[in-house]
Amino acid sequence: MSPVLLAEQILNGLQSGVMLFLMAAGLTLIFGVMGLVNLAHGSLFMVGAFAAAAVAGATGSFLLALVAALAAAAGAGAIVEVLVIRRLYARDHLDQVLATFALILIFSEGTRWLFGSFPLYLDIPPWLAGTVMLPGGIEYPAYRLALIAVGLVVAAGLWWLNARTRLGIQIRAGENDREMIAALGVDIGRLYTLVFAIGAALAGLAGALVGPIQSVQVGMGEPVLILAFVVIVIGGIGSIKGALVGGLLVGLTDTLGRLVLPELFALITDASGAATLGSAFASMAIYILMAGVLIWRPTGLFGARA
Amino acid sequence: MIREPYVNAALLAALLIVPGWAVWVDEPFTITLATRAVIFALAAVGLNIALGLGGLVSLGHAVFFGIGGYAMGVLASHAQSYTPLYDGAFTIEGTKSMPVIWLVAALASGLAAWLIGALSLRTSGVYFIMITLAFGQMAYFFAISWPAYGGEDGLSIYVRNGFPGLNTLDPIQFYGLCLGWLCLALWGYARLRRSPFGLALDAARQVPGRVRAVGLDPRRLQLVALVISGAVTGLAGALFADLNRFVSPSMLSWQMSGEIMVFVILGGVARLCGPVAGAVFYVLMEHWLGGISEYWQIYLGLVLLAVVLFGRGGLIGLICGRGRPDA
Repeated sequence: MSPVLLAEQILNGLQSGVMLFLMAAGLTLIFGVMGLVNLAHGSLFMVGAFAAAAVAGATGSFLLALVAALAAAAGAGAIVEVLVIRRLYARDHLDQVLATFALILIFSEGTRWLFGSFPLYLDIPPWLAGTVMLPGGIEYPAYRLALIAVGLVVAAGLWWLNARTRLGIQIRAGENDREMIAALGVDIGRLYTLVFAIGAALAGLAGALVGPIQSVQVGMGEPVLILAFVVIVIGGIGSIKGALVGGLLVGLTDTLGRLVLPELFALITDASGAATLGSAFASMAIYILMAGVLIWRPTGLFGARA
Repeated sequence: MIREPYVNAALLAALLIVPGWAVWVDEPFTITLATRAVIFALAAVGLNIALGLGGLVSLGHAVFFGIGGYAMGVLASHAQSYTPLYDGAFTIEGTKSMPVIWLVAALASGLAAWLIGALSLRTSGVYFIMITLAFGQMAYFFAISWPAYGGEDGLSIYVRNGFPGLNTLDPIQFYGLCLGWLCLALWGYARLRRSPFGLALDAARQVPGRVRAVGLDPRRLQLVALVISGAVTGLAGALFADLNRFVSPSMLSWQMSGEIMVFVILGGVARLCGPVAGAVFYVLMEHWLGGISEYWQIYLGLVLLAVVLFGRGGLIGLICGRGRPDA
């Protein structure tokens, strides 16, 4: 294993980590403020990717596609919140799981009906095509580097929104005591719709950004959703900082596990057995990481102590 | 409002009469459909022990369903290729005998439930949901990337496994076996609910603090419930794999977990026959709507939404009234 390959894989891990962060941040925000388990978050990821692919196909502009993805996911999120999700806040988690599972079916089949079963393709914009030469002689795709930058900018933006704005104060107050901020004259229904739309927009953004490096197809949201669950379980539910740290940990563990584990097994068994064992265990590495974190800290790294 | 025992009796009578009628008019497909519903119902009765009695929202029950399926697949594939399963200090042969397969399936999935439960029960609430989901994915990816037993393609066997004294290739005889298991599981569920263990478990769901105060450990009660629940669902998995003569990682997928949970909630959580009503309704919807539209899952989603938002207590709750039987 050369240092250049290792560095590239670390960058890949960071890139998938920040994309997971975008998904997990929305999920954890929605859970923190409204106490809602939202299985349909992956569907909003898919809505973003499809909106981006459709608009990019029609106009050829990647920036317009990103705007469309944000608008479509936020819009879909707001509509779903007003029609369905709103009625679930007072229910137990079981009802929330079933209702959002039903939403997944509706979103997935609706998208299949609109766009068909074949995957769509989203191209990397020409101004981000090609590679960048990094110090140390590492050649790395410019687009993936841009994804890392966008993810970090969004993380900073979320921190600013949460810590420095009036909306952030309301969100944090809503996490602690919803009756009290309603009594102080904040329209709690509108705040919830807004928070849900922000979470949805983050998922849609992640979908649109990931679109060019994987195919845009029905069902693309659910694997990411489950990874995002792992991220927020590791980071601690309700914590945006936890979502960022958890996202990076999961991204790095996943990519580095695929690189390192087969080599580790090669030390104890023959080459073909090592490849098999390595890939089998690499696909489980993040779940083993999660189990480890839970044994050590049952409420995640940054979760509130129970 | 009709009283619940009458609804249960009508439901079980229908499960006896409809396949009998199908034999009479020679409609083997109806029997296969009914077998599918009964096996799903068995898996859901298993989940209902954890979900209804224990209040454990497990979104990873496909693990147990899939392990049961693979127990059948692994044992039967070794038996049909005449290769021993393990050949070292002693030899373990594969088998085509259903009772042995059932035993292995129940033991293996019970053991998995114990392992997963011991870790997951350190947490509760929404963490528990997500962790069981994640363990489910772990098993799923392991099955996909482990090539010894078919990997992504799954494992198929040529002939359905045998049961002493019965011809399991005859659809109605195999259906009888599955229905027998379902009735046994329902009887067990009813007994469990009234047993001291069931009452303690119910109390642990409602007021864990007081259970602790009388000297019982809620987490141990829940762990035992999860193990029983996993073993029943694993048994259903072995039957399901035998029905299709095929097992693949899709039995371990999280959609499968979601579906098993849908059976329970659709029929009515913690109801004796809730899982049966839910599974039968689901299989009928799948069959009818699948014939009407290629996009039938949209309608399924809408029905599910309507049940959650407006029909609390599921189908049985709708007929018999009240959200939970014990509420």
